[in-house]
Amino acid sequence: MKNLILSLSMITLLMSFKPTDKNPIKNAKLKADADNGGINLPKGFGALIVSEGVGKARHIAVSEKGDIYVRLSKLKDGKGTIILKDTNGDGKADDSIGFGNFVGTGIAIGNGYLYESSDSSVVRYPMKNGSPDESKPETIVTGLELYSEHGTKSLALDDKNHLYVTFGAPSNACQEKNRVKGSKGMMPCPILDWHGGVWQFDANKKNQKQADGFRYATGIRNIVGIDWNKQQGELYAMQHGRDQLTTLYPEMYDAEQSAELPSEEFLLVKKNSDFGWPYCYHDRFQNKKILAPEYGGDTKNQGVCEGKEKPIMAFPGHWAPNALMFYTGNMFPAKYKNGAFICFHGSWNRAPLKQGGYFVAFVPFGKDGKPSGEYEIFADGFSGGPEVKNPGDAKARPMGLAQGTDGSIYITDSVKGKVWRVIHQ
Amino acid sequence: MVQKNTISNPQSSHYQADSGKLIYETYCLACHQEDGSGVPGMNPPLIKTDWVLGDSTRLINVILKGLKDTEINGDSYSNEMPSHDFLTDYQIAEVLTYVRKNFGNQASAISSEDVKIQRAKK
Repeated sequence: MKNLILSLSMITLLMSFKPTDKNPIKNAKLKADADNGGINLPKGFGALIVSEGVGKARHIAVSEKGDIYVRLSKLKDGKGTIILKDTNGDGKADDSIGFGNFVGTGIAIGNGYLYESSDSSVVRYPMKNGSPDESKPETIVTGLELYSEHGTKSLALDDKNHLYVTFGAPSNACQEKNRVKGSKGMMPCPILDWHGGVWQFDANKKNQKQADGFRYATGIRNIVGIDWNKQQGELYAMQHGRDQLTTLYPEMYDAEQSAELPSEEFLLVKKNSDFGWPYCYHDRFQNKKILAPEYGGDTKNQGVCEGKEKPIMAFPGHWAPNALMFYTGNMFPAKYKNGAFICFHGSWNRAPLKQGGYFVAFVPFGKDGKPSGEYEIFADGFSGGPEVKNPGDAKARPMGLAQGTDGSIYITDSVKGKVWRVIHQ
Repeated sequence: MVQKNTISNPQSSHYQADSGKLIYETYCLACHQEDGSGVPGMNPPLIKTDWVLGDSTRLINVILKGLKDTEINGDSYSNEMPSHDFLTDYQIAEVLTYVRKNFGNQASAISSEDVKIQRAKK
Protein backbone atom coordinates (compact mmCIF):
# COMPACT_ATOMS: atom_id res chain seq x y z
CA MET A 1 0.00 0.00 0.00
CA LYS A 2 2.78 2.38 0.96
CA ASN A 3 4.54 1.55 -2.26
CA LEU A 4 1.43 2.24 -4.25
CA ILE A 5 1.01 5.69 -2.67
CA LEU A 6 4.68 6.39 -3.30
CA SER A 7 4.53 5.39 -6.93
CA LEU A 8 1.29 7.30 -7.42
CA SER A 9 2.86 10.44 -6.01
CA MET A 10 5.92 9.80 -8.18
CA ILE A 11 3.66 9.73 -11.21
CA THR A 12 1.94 12.96 -10.13
CA LEU A 13 5.36 14.54 -9.61
CA LEU A 14 6.58 13.42 -13.02
CA MET A 15 3.41 14.65 -14.67
CA SER A 16 3.69 18.08 -13.12
CA PHE A 17 7.27 18.38 -14.36
CA LYS A 18 6.29 17.56 -17.91
CA PRO A 19 6.59 20.87 -19.76
CA THR A 20 4.31 19.66 -22.56
CA ASP A 21 1.36 19.26 -20.20
CA LYS A 22 -1.77 20.57 -21.80
CA ASN A 23 -3.10 21.67 -18.43
CA PRO A 24 -0.05 22.47 -16.35
CA ILE A 25 -0.70 22.88 -12.63
CA LYS A 26 -0.03 26.62 -12.52
CA ASN A 27 1.38 28.02 -9.31
CA ALA A 28 1.75 24.54 -7.90
CA LYS A 29 5.40 25.27 -7.22
CA LEU A 30 5.20 29.02 -6.69
CA LYS A 31 7.60 29.70 -3.86
CA ALA A 32 9.33 32.84 -2.59
CA ASP A 33 13.11 32.99 -2.89
CA ALA A 34 14.93 32.35 0.39
CA ASP A 35 16.05 36.02 0.50
CA ASN A 36 12.84 37.36 -1.11
CA GLY A 37 14.92 38.41 -4.09
CA GLY A 38 16.84 40.88 -1.94
CA ILE A 39 13.86 43.03 -0.97
CA ASN A 40 12.13 43.54 2.39
CA LEU A 41 8.40 42.95 2.74
CA PRO A 42 5.76 42.92 5.49
CA LYS A 43 5.26 39.68 7.43
CA GLY A 44 3.44 37.02 5.48
CA PHE A 45 4.65 38.26 2.10
CA GLY A 46 7.42 36.79 0.01
CA ALA A 47 9.04 37.60 -3.31
CA LEU A 48 10.78 35.70 -6.04
CA ILE A 49 12.88 36.98 -8.89
CA VAL A 50 11.07 36.32 -12.18
CA SER A 51 13.98 37.58 -14.25
CA GLU A 52 17.41 38.88 -13.27
CA GLY A 53 17.40 41.50 -15.99
CA VAL A 54 15.53 42.28 -19.19
CA GLY A 55 17.17 45.69 -19.87
CA LYS A 56 16.22 49.21 -18.84
CA ALA A 57 12.67 48.43 -17.75
CA ARG A 58 9.74 50.85 -17.63
CA HIS A 59 6.11 49.88 -17.10
CA ILE A 60 4.79 46.33 -17.10
CA ALA A 61 1.57 44.47 -17.83
CA VAL A 62 0.50 40.87 -17.25
CA SER A 63 -1.85 39.10 -19.65
CA GLU A 64 -4.67 36.74 -18.70
CA LYS A 65 -2.40 33.87 -19.69
CA GLY A 66 0.13 35.09 -17.14
CA ASP A 67 2.68 36.31 -19.68
CA ILE A 68 4.62 39.36 -18.54
CA TYR A 69 5.18 42.34 -20.86
CA VAL A 70 7.98 44.72 -19.89
CA ARG A 71 8.51 48.00 -21.75
CA LEU A 72 12.09 49.22 -22.21
CA SER A 73 13.64 52.70 -22.42
CA LYS A 74 16.49 51.39 -24.55
CA LEU A 75 16.24 48.83 -27.36
CA LYS A 76 17.45 45.35 -26.50
CA ASP A 77 18.51 43.39 -29.56
CA GLY A 78 16.35 45.75 -31.59
CA LYS A 79 13.24 45.15 -29.47
CA GLY A 80 11.33 47.56 -27.23
CA THR A 81 9.28 45.08 -25.18
CA ILE A 82 10.35 41.85 -23.54
CA ILE A 83 7.73 39.12 -23.05
CA LEU A 84 8.55 36.79 -20.18
CA LYS A 85 6.87 33.42 -19.99
CA ASP A 86 6.76 30.97 -17.13
CA THR A 87 5.96 27.64 -18.74
CA ASN A 88 6.22 25.38 -15.69
CA GLY A 89 4.42 27.47 -13.08
CA ASP A 90 7.33 28.01 -10.68
CA GLY A 91 7.12 31.78 -11.13
CA LYS A 92 10.52 32.05 -12.78
CA ALA A 93 10.61 33.15 -16.40
CA ASP A 94 11.95 30.35 -18.53
CA ASP A 95 11.33 31.98 -21.87
CA SER A 96 12.03 35.53 -23.00
CA ILE A 97 10.92 36.97 -26.35
CA GLY A 98 11.53 40.41 -27.82
CA PHE A 99 8.46 42.18 -29.21
CA GLY A 100 8.00 45.40 -31.22
CA ASN A 101 10.74 47.71 -32.40
CA PHE A 102 10.13 50.90 -30.42
CA VAL A 103 10.97 51.87 -26.86
CA GLY A 104 8.70 53.70 -24.44
CA THR A 105 7.07 53.66 -21.04
CA GLY A 106 3.33 53.08 -21.40
CA ILE A 107 1.58 49.73 -21.64
CA ALA A 108 -1.96 48.50 -21.04
CA ILE A 109 -3.92 45.38 -21.91
CA GLY A 110 -7.64 45.81 -22.52
CA ASN A 111 -10.44 45.69 -25.10
CA GLY A 112 -8.75 42.58 -26.50
CA TYR A 113 -5.62 44.55 -27.38
CA LEU A 114 -2.14 45.26 -26.13
CA TYR A 115 -1.54 49.04 -26.10
CA GLU A 116 2.01 50.41 -26.09
CA SER A 117 3.35 53.96 -26.25
CA SER A 118 6.47 55.48 -27.66
CA ASP A 119 7.20 59.10 -26.72
CA SER A 120 5.36 60.21 -29.89
CA SER A 121 2.63 57.62 -30.48
CA VAL A 122 0.34 54.91 -29.14
CA VAL A 123 0.11 51.60 -31.01
CA ARG A 124 -2.05 48.56 -30.27
CA TYR A 125 -1.91 44.91 -31.30
CA PRO A 126 -4.86 42.50 -31.29
CA MET A 127 -4.57 39.72 -28.73
CA LYS A 128 -4.99 36.39 -30.52
CA ASN A 129 -5.21 33.26 -28.38
CA GLY A 130 -3.87 35.30 -25.50
CA SER A 131 -0.88 36.71 -27.38
CA PRO A 132 -0.48 39.98 -29.30
CA ASP A 133 -0.21 39.71 -33.08
CA GLU A 134 2.91 41.70 -33.98
CA SER A 135 2.01 41.63 -37.67
CA LYS A 136 -1.18 43.67 -37.13
CA PRO A 137 -0.19 46.93 -35.41
CA GLU A 138 -2.81 49.69 -35.36
CA THR A 139 -1.67 53.23 -34.69
CA ILE A 140 -4.15 54.83 -32.29
CA VAL A 141 -2.41 58.12 -31.52
CA THR A 142 0.21 59.53 -33.85
CA GLY A 143 2.39 62.53 -34.65
CA LEU A 144 3.04 63.66 -31.08
CA GLU A 145 5.80 66.18 -30.54
CA LEU A 146 9.06 64.53 -29.47
CA TYR A 147 10.90 66.05 -26.53
CA SER A 148 13.16 64.57 -23.94
CA GLU A 149 12.24 66.30 -20.67
CA HIS A 150 9.12 64.59 -19.25
CA GLY A 151 8.53 63.22 -22.73
CA THR A 152 7.45 59.68 -21.81
CA LYS A 153 3.80 58.75 -22.32
CA SER A 154 2.08 56.64 -19.69
CA LEU A 155 -1.24 54.94 -20.51
CA ALA A 156 -4.48 54.01 -18.79
CA LEU A 157 -7.70 52.48 -20.16
CA ASP A 158 -11.12 53.01 -18.60
CA ASP A 159 -14.21 50.85 -19.03
CA LYS A 160 -15.85 53.21 -21.54
CA ASN A 161 -13.42 52.74 -24.42
CA HIS A 162 -11.26 55.72 -23.52
CA LEU A 163 -7.49 55.82 -23.57
CA TYR A 164 -5.70 58.29 -21.26
CA VAL A 165 -2.24 59.53 -22.26
CA THR A 166 0.05 61.70 -20.11
CA PHE A 167 1.69 64.76 -21.69
CA GLY A 168 4.45 65.92 -19.33
CA ALA A 169 5.61 69.51 -19.62
CA PRO A 170 8.96 69.88 -21.42
CA SER A 171 9.95 72.31 -18.69
CA ASN A 172 10.58 72.60 -14.96
CA ALA A 173 8.54 75.70 -14.16
CA CYS A 174 7.59 77.28 -17.53
CA GLN A 175 10.36 79.87 -17.36
CA GLU A 176 11.23 81.78 -20.53
CA LYS A 177 14.57 79.96 -20.34
CA ASN A 178 14.13 76.54 -18.76
CA ARG A 179 15.94 76.13 -15.44
CA VAL A 180 17.91 79.38 -15.86
CA LYS A 181 18.27 81.51 -12.74
CA GLY A 182 16.55 84.86 -13.09
CA SER A 183 14.42 83.83 -16.09
CA LYS A 184 10.77 84.79 -15.61
CA GLY A 185 7.76 82.49 -15.67
CA MET A 186 5.77 82.86 -18.90
CA MET A 187 2.29 84.32 -18.38
CA PRO A 188 0.10 82.68 -19.43
CA CYS A 189 2.18 79.53 -19.72
CA PRO A 190 1.87 78.47 -23.39
CA ILE A 191 3.09 74.96 -22.60
CA LEU A 192 -0.32 74.16 -21.07
CA ASP A 193 -1.99 74.29 -24.49
CA TRP A 194 -0.44 70.96 -25.47
CA HIS A 195 1.34 69.62 -22.42
CA GLY A 196 1.24 69.57 -18.65
CA GLY A 197 -1.86 67.40 -18.45
CA VAL A 198 -3.72 64.22 -19.37
CA TRP A 199 -5.43 63.83 -22.75
CA GLN A 200 -8.31 61.44 -23.36
CA PHE A 201 -8.62 59.58 -26.67
CA ASP A 202 -10.98 57.08 -28.25
CA ALA A 203 -9.34 53.73 -27.45
CA ASN A 204 -10.58 52.20 -30.71
CA LYS A 205 -10.06 54.95 -33.28
CA LYS A 206 -7.02 54.84 -35.52
CA ASN A 207 -4.57 57.65 -36.31
CA GLN A 208 -5.79 60.26 -33.84
CA LYS A 209 -3.69 63.40 -33.56
CA GLN A 210 -3.34 65.13 -30.21
CA ALA A 211 -5.92 67.69 -31.36
CA ASP A 212 -8.44 64.84 -31.80
CA GLY A 213 -8.08 64.08 -28.11
CA PHE A 214 -9.64 65.95 -25.22
CA ARG A 215 -7.59 67.73 -22.55
CA TYR A 216 -9.04 65.80 -19.62
CA ALA A 217 -6.99 67.56 -16.92
CA THR A 218 -4.36 70.30 -16.82
CA GLY A 219 -1.84 72.02 -14.54
CA ILE A 220 0.21 68.87 -14.03
CA ARG A 221 3.97 69.15 -14.52
CA ASN A 222 4.66 65.49 -15.12
CA ILE A 223 2.92 62.17 -14.54
CA VAL A 224 4.53 58.78 -14.90
CA GLY A 225 2.34 56.71 -12.55
CA ILE A 226 -1.33 56.60 -13.61
CA ASP A 227 -4.18 54.11 -13.13
CA TRP A 228 -7.89 53.86 -13.75
CA ASN A 229 -9.68 52.87 -10.54
CA LYS A 230 -12.45 50.46 -11.57
CA GLN A 231 -14.27 50.59 -8.23
CA GLN A 232 -14.56 54.37 -8.27
CA GLY A 233 -14.74 54.78 -12.03
CA GLU A 234 -12.12 57.53 -11.71
CA LEU A 235 -8.63 58.29 -12.93
CA TYR A 236 -5.79 58.69 -10.41
CA ALA A 237 -2.21 59.78 -11.01
CA MET A 238 1.03 60.77 -9.33
CA GLN A 239 2.55 64.17 -10.07
CA HIS A 240 6.29 64.81 -10.04
CA GLY A 241 6.74 68.20 -8.36
CA ARG A 242 9.09 70.87 -9.66
CA ASP A 243 12.83 71.02 -9.00
CA GLN A 244 15.39 73.62 -8.02
CA LEU A 245 13.61 76.05 -5.68
CA THR A 246 16.94 76.87 -4.05
CA THR A 247 19.14 77.02 -7.16
CA LEU A 248 16.66 79.40 -8.82
CA TYR A 249 15.58 81.35 -5.69
CA PRO A 250 18.32 81.00 -3.05
CA GLU A 251 17.10 84.12 -1.28
CA MET A 252 13.74 82.45 -0.54
CA TYR A 253 14.54 78.76 -0.14
CA ASP A 254 17.53 77.15 1.53
CA ALA A 255 18.83 73.79 0.32
CA GLU A 256 16.90 71.81 2.94
CA GLN A 257 13.60 73.48 2.11
CA SER A 258 14.27 72.82 -1.56
CA ALA A 259 14.93 69.17 -0.74
CA GLU A 260 11.56 68.78 1.02
CA LEU A 261 9.49 70.98 -1.29
CA PRO A 262 7.32 70.77 -3.20
CA SER A 263 5.18 67.71 -2.46
CA GLU A 264 4.97 64.77 -4.80
CA GLU A 265 1.19 64.72 -5.25
CA PHE A 266 -1.30 61.86 -5.37
CA LEU A 267 -4.08 63.20 -7.60
CA LEU A 268 -7.68 62.24 -8.15
CA VAL A 269 -7.92 63.37 -11.75
CA LYS A 270 -11.47 64.38 -12.52
CA LYS A 271 -12.57 65.69 -15.88
CA ASN A 272 -11.48 69.34 -16.28
CA SER A 273 -9.35 69.32 -13.10
CA ASP A 274 -6.65 71.99 -12.87
CA PHE A 275 -3.84 71.24 -10.42
CA GLY A 276 -2.08 74.58 -10.91
CA TRP A 277 1.35 73.93 -12.48
CA PRO A 278 3.37 76.07 -13.29
CA TYR A 279 1.77 78.85 -11.27
CA CYS A 280 1.48 76.77 -8.12
CA TYR A 281 3.21 74.03 -6.19
CA HIS A 282 2.03 72.07 -3.16
CA ASP A 283 3.61 72.62 0.26
CA ARG A 284 2.75 69.70 2.53
CA PHE A 285 3.85 71.53 5.68
CA GLN A 286 1.33 74.32 5.06
CA ASN A 287 -1.05 71.86 3.35
CA LYS A 288 -1.68 74.42 0.62
CA LYS A 289 -1.02 75.18 -2.98
CA ILE A 290 1.51 78.04 -2.95
CA LEU A 291 2.20 80.59 -5.68
CA ALA A 292 5.48 79.70 -7.44
CA PRO A 293 8.35 82.19 -7.11
CA GLU A 294 8.46 82.58 -10.92
CA TYR A 295 4.94 84.05 -10.66
CA GLY A 296 5.47 86.38 -7.73
CA GLY A 297 5.21 83.88 -4.88
CA ASP A 298 6.96 84.52 -1.58
CA THR A 299 6.81 80.95 -0.11
CA LYS A 300 3.47 81.72 1.65
CA ASN A 301 1.22 83.69 -0.69
CA GLN A 302 -1.42 81.58 -2.46
CA GLY A 303 -2.81 84.02 -5.01
CA VAL A 304 -4.56 82.16 -7.85
CA CYS A 305 -3.54 78.87 -6.26
CA GLU A 306 -6.29 79.00 -3.67
CA GLY A 307 -8.76 77.77 -6.26
CA LYS A 308 -6.64 74.94 -7.66
CA GLU A 309 -7.31 71.26 -6.99
CA LYS A 310 -5.43 69.80 -4.04
CA PRO A 311 -3.82 66.36 -3.89
CA ILE A 312 -5.56 63.55 -1.99
CA MET A 313 -2.18 62.78 -0.40
CA ALA A 314 1.17 64.61 -0.38
CA PHE A 315 4.57 62.94 -0.19
CA PRO A 316 8.04 64.44 0.49
CA GLY A 317 9.77 66.15 -2.41
CA HIS A 318 11.58 64.49 -5.32
CA TRP A 319 10.79 60.86 -4.48
CA ALA A 320 9.73 60.35 -8.13
CA PRO A 321 6.51 58.29 -8.10
CA ASN A 322 6.83 56.32 -11.35
CA ALA A 323 4.04 53.77 -11.07
CA LEU A 324 0.58 53.65 -9.51
CA MET A 325 -1.63 50.57 -9.25
CA PHE A 326 -4.87 49.92 -7.42
CA TYR A 327 -4.97 46.40 -6.03
CA THR A 328 -8.06 44.42 -6.96
CA GLY A 329 -6.81 40.90 -6.28
CA ASN A 330 -7.76 38.39 -3.61
CA MET A 331 -4.37 36.94 -2.71
CA PHE A 332 -3.36 39.72 -0.31
CA PRO A 333 -5.07 40.35 3.07
CA ALA A 334 -8.29 42.40 3.06
CA LYS A 335 -6.68 45.74 3.96
CA TYR A 336 -4.91 45.82 0.61
CA LYS A 337 -8.07 45.43 -1.44
CA ASN A 338 -8.70 48.54 -3.57
CA GLY A 339 -5.71 50.29 -1.98
CA ALA A 340 -2.91 51.84 -4.00
CA PHE A 341 0.64 50.64 -4.56
CA ILE A 342 3.14 53.30 -5.65
CA CYS A 343 6.70 52.84 -6.96
CA PHE A 344 8.92 55.65 -5.76
CA HIS A 345 11.77 55.44 -8.26
CA GLY A 346 13.95 57.51 -5.89
CA SER A 347 15.26 61.04 -5.72
CA TRP A 348 18.33 62.70 -7.17
CA ASN A 349 17.94 66.25 -5.92
CA ARG A 350 17.55 66.12 -2.17
CA ALA A 351 21.09 67.27 -1.27
CA PRO A 352 22.07 68.11 1.45
CA LEU A 353 19.44 65.74 2.91
CA LYS A 354 19.49 62.01 2.29
CA GLN A 355 18.01 60.78 -0.96
CA GLY A 356 14.45 59.45 -0.61
CA GLY A 357 12.18 56.95 -2.26
CA TYR A 358 13.67 53.80 -3.81
CA PHE A 359 10.77 51.76 -2.40
CA VAL A 360 7.22 50.65 -3.10
CA ALA A 361 4.62 52.27 -0.85
CA PHE A 362 1.09 51.16 -0.03
CA VAL A 363 -1.80 53.57 0.64
CA PRO A 364 -5.01 52.09 2.12
CA PHE A 365 -8.22 53.39 0.54
CA GLY A 366 -11.73 53.83 1.89
CA LYS A 367 -14.97 53.26 0.02
CA ASP A 368 -15.09 57.00 -0.73
CA GLY A 369 -12.11 56.68 -3.07
CA LYS A 370 -9.80 58.60 -0.69
CA PRO A 371 -6.87 57.35 1.38
CA SER A 372 -8.12 55.89 4.68
CA GLY A 373 -4.78 56.08 6.47
CA GLU A 374 -1.11 57.00 6.17
CA TYR A 375 1.11 55.45 3.54
CA GLU A 376 3.40 52.63 4.56
CA ILE A 377 6.54 51.21 3.02
CA PHE A 378 5.52 47.93 1.41
CA ALA A 379 8.76 46.85 -0.27
CA ASP A 380 12.23 48.31 0.07
CA GLY A 381 15.86 47.25 -0.17
CA PHE A 382 15.92 47.61 -3.97
CA SER A 383 18.98 49.88 -3.94
CA GLY A 384 21.08 47.22 -2.23
CA GLY A 385 22.38 49.34 0.64
CA PRO A 386 21.21 51.20 3.73
CA GLU A 387 21.42 54.58 1.99
CA VAL A 388 21.62 55.86 -1.58
CA LYS A 389 24.15 58.63 -1.84
CA ASN A 390 24.12 59.07 -5.61
CA PRO A 391 21.32 57.58 -7.75
CA GLY A 392 23.87 55.85 -9.97
CA ASP A 393 24.92 53.71 -7.01
CA ALA A 394 21.48 52.12 -6.62
CA LYS A 395 21.61 48.49 -7.73
CA ALA A 396 17.92 48.57 -8.58
CA ARG A 397 15.15 51.19 -8.65
CA PRO A 398 11.45 50.26 -8.59
CA MET A 399 9.78 51.49 -11.79
CA GLY A 400 6.71 49.53 -12.85
CA LEU A 401 3.81 47.64 -11.25
CA ALA A 402 1.33 45.06 -12.46
CA GLN A 403 -1.10 42.63 -10.91
CA GLY A 404 -1.06 38.98 -11.89
CA THR A 405 -4.18 36.92 -12.53
CA ASP A 406 -3.71 35.18 -9.18
CA GLY A 407 -3.46 38.47 -7.28
CA SER A 408 0.31 38.51 -6.89
CA ILE A 409 2.04 41.74 -7.92
CA TYR A 410 4.99 42.30 -10.20
CA ILE A 411 7.62 45.03 -9.82
CA THR A 412 10.13 46.12 -12.48
CA ASP A 413 13.52 47.78 -11.98
CA SER A 414 14.88 50.49 -14.27
CA VAL A 415 18.59 49.76 -13.75
CA LYS A 416 18.98 46.21 -15.06
CA GLY A 417 15.37 45.26 -15.57
CA LYS A 418 14.98 42.83 -12.71
CA VAL A 419 11.41 41.64 -12.26
CA TRP A 420 10.04 40.58 -8.87
CA ARG A 421 6.81 38.80 -8.12
CA VAL A 422 5.38 39.41 -4.66
CA ILE A 423 3.11 36.76 -3.19
CA HIS A 424 1.27 36.31 0.08
CA GLN A 425 1.73 32.93 1.70
CA MET B 1 47.82 68.21 10.34
CA VAL B 2 48.03 69.51 6.83
CA GLN B 3 44.90 71.28 5.62
CA LYS B 4 44.26 69.32 2.45
CA ASN B 5 41.28 71.23 1.30
CA THR B 6 41.77 74.94 1.71
CA ILE B 7 38.40 75.66 0.13
CA SER B 8 36.42 74.09 2.94
CA ASN B 9 38.18 76.32 5.43
CA PRO B 10 37.10 79.94 5.05
CA GLN B 11 39.71 80.98 7.63
CA SER B 12 42.53 79.83 5.38
CA SER B 13 44.47 82.53 3.62
CA HIS B 14 44.08 80.49 0.42
CA TYR B 15 40.29 80.68 0.58
CA GLN B 16 38.67 82.05 -2.56
CA ALA B 17 34.94 82.52 -2.97
CA ASP B 18 35.25 81.61 -6.64
CA SER B 19 36.96 78.29 -6.07
CA GLY B 20 35.90 75.48 -8.40
CA LYS B 21 34.52 73.24 -5.68
CA LEU B 22 32.28 75.94 -4.28
CA ILE B 23 30.95 76.82 -7.74
CA TYR B 24 30.37 73.13 -8.41
CA GLU B 25 28.39 72.76 -5.18
CA THR B 26 26.28 75.82 -5.97
CA TYR B 27 25.45 75.29 -9.63
CA CYS B 28 26.31 71.72 -10.64
CA LEU B 29 25.97 69.29 -7.75
CA ALA B 30 22.17 69.12 -7.63
CA CYS B 31 22.07 67.46 -11.05
CA HIS B 32 25.52 65.93 -11.53
CA GLN B 33 25.82 64.71 -7.89
CA GLU B 34 28.60 64.99 -5.36
CA ASP B 35 30.82 62.46 -7.11
CA GLY B 36 30.05 63.57 -10.68
CA SER B 37 28.17 60.33 -11.41
CA GLY B 38 25.03 62.11 -12.66
CA VAL B 39 21.58 60.54 -12.65
CA PRO B 40 20.89 57.60 -14.98
CA GLY B 41 18.53 58.60 -17.77
CA MET B 42 18.27 62.20 -16.56
CA ASN B 43 21.55 64.04 -16.01
CA PRO B 44 24.77 62.83 -17.69
CA PRO B 45 27.82 61.72 -15.69
CA LEU B 46 30.96 63.88 -15.63
CA ILE B 47 33.22 60.87 -15.23
CA LYS B 48 34.73 58.58 -17.86
CA THR B 49 33.42 60.73 -20.68
CA ASP B 50 35.15 62.39 -23.58
CA TRP B 51 32.80 65.36 -23.10
CA VAL B 52 34.75 66.24 -19.94
CA LEU B 53 38.16 64.73 -20.67
CA GLY B 54 38.38 65.65 -24.35
CA ASP B 55 38.17 68.88 -26.34
CA SER B 56 38.07 71.79 -23.89
CA THR B 57 36.40 74.06 -26.48
CA ARG B 58 33.35 71.80 -26.67
CA LEU B 59 33.21 71.56 -22.89
CA ILE B 60 33.38 75.34 -22.41
CA ASN B 61 30.51 75.73 -24.86
CA VAL B 62 28.35 73.29 -22.88
CA ILE B 63 28.58 75.73 -19.96
CA LEU B 64 28.07 78.83 -22.12
CA LYS B 65 25.27 77.51 -24.34
CA GLY B 66 23.81 74.54 -22.49
CA LEU B 67 23.09 71.13 -24.02
CA LYS B 68 20.06 68.96 -24.77
CA ASP B 69 19.01 65.83 -26.64
CA THR B 70 22.56 64.54 -26.86
CA GLU B 71 23.67 60.95 -26.32
CA ILE B 72 26.58 60.56 -23.93
CA ASN B 73 28.48 57.26 -24.15
CA GLY B 74 25.50 55.68 -25.92
CA ASP B 75 22.91 56.67 -23.33
CA SER B 76 20.30 59.41 -23.59
CA TYR B 77 19.46 61.90 -20.83
CA SER B 78 16.13 63.63 -20.50
CA ASN B 79 16.99 66.82 -18.62
CA GLU B 80 18.17 69.92 -20.42
CA MET B 81 21.47 71.47 -19.33
CA PRO B 82 20.69 75.19 -19.07
CA SER B 83 23.17 77.81 -20.22
CA HIS B 84 25.39 79.07 -17.40
CA ASP B 85 26.72 82.09 -19.28
CA PHE B 86 25.98 84.25 -16.24
CA LEU B 87 29.12 82.82 -14.61
CA THR B 88 32.29 84.84 -15.22
CA ASP B 89 35.12 83.56 -17.41
CA TYR B 90 37.11 83.00 -14.24
CA GLN B 91 34.30 81.06 -12.54
CA ILE B 92 33.79 78.83 -15.59
CA ALA B 93 37.53 78.15 -15.83
CA GLU B 94 37.64 77.31 -12.12
CA VAL B 95 34.69 74.95 -12.12
CA LEU B 96 35.72 73.16 -15.33
CA THR B 97 39.24 72.72 -14.01
CA TYR B 98 37.74 71.32 -10.81
CA VAL B 99 35.61 68.86 -12.80
CA ARG B 100 38.53 67.85 -15.05
CA LYS B 101 40.75 67.09 -12.08
CA ASN B 102 38.30 65.43 -9.69
CA PHE B 103 35.98 62.39 -9.53
CA GLY B 104 38.88 60.32 -10.91
CA ASN B 105 39.24 62.60 -13.95
CA GLN B 106 42.71 63.64 -15.05
CA ALA B 107 42.69 66.29 -17.77
CA SER B 108 44.38 69.61 -18.29
CA ALA B 109 43.27 72.82 -16.60
CA ILE B 110 41.13 75.37 -18.40
CA SER B 111 42.07 79.06 -18.19
CA SER B 112 39.93 82.20 -18.06
CA GLU B 113 41.52 83.14 -21.38
CA ASP B 114 40.21 79.89 -22.97
CA VAL B 115 36.70 80.77 -21.83
CA LYS B 116 37.01 84.37 -22.94
CA ILE B 117 37.90 83.29 -26.49
CA GLN B 118 34.85 81.00 -26.72
CA ARG B 119 32.52 83.62 -25.28
CA ALA B 120 33.74 86.18 -27.85
CA LYS B 121 32.82 83.77 -30.69
CA LYS B 122 29.19 83.74 -29.59
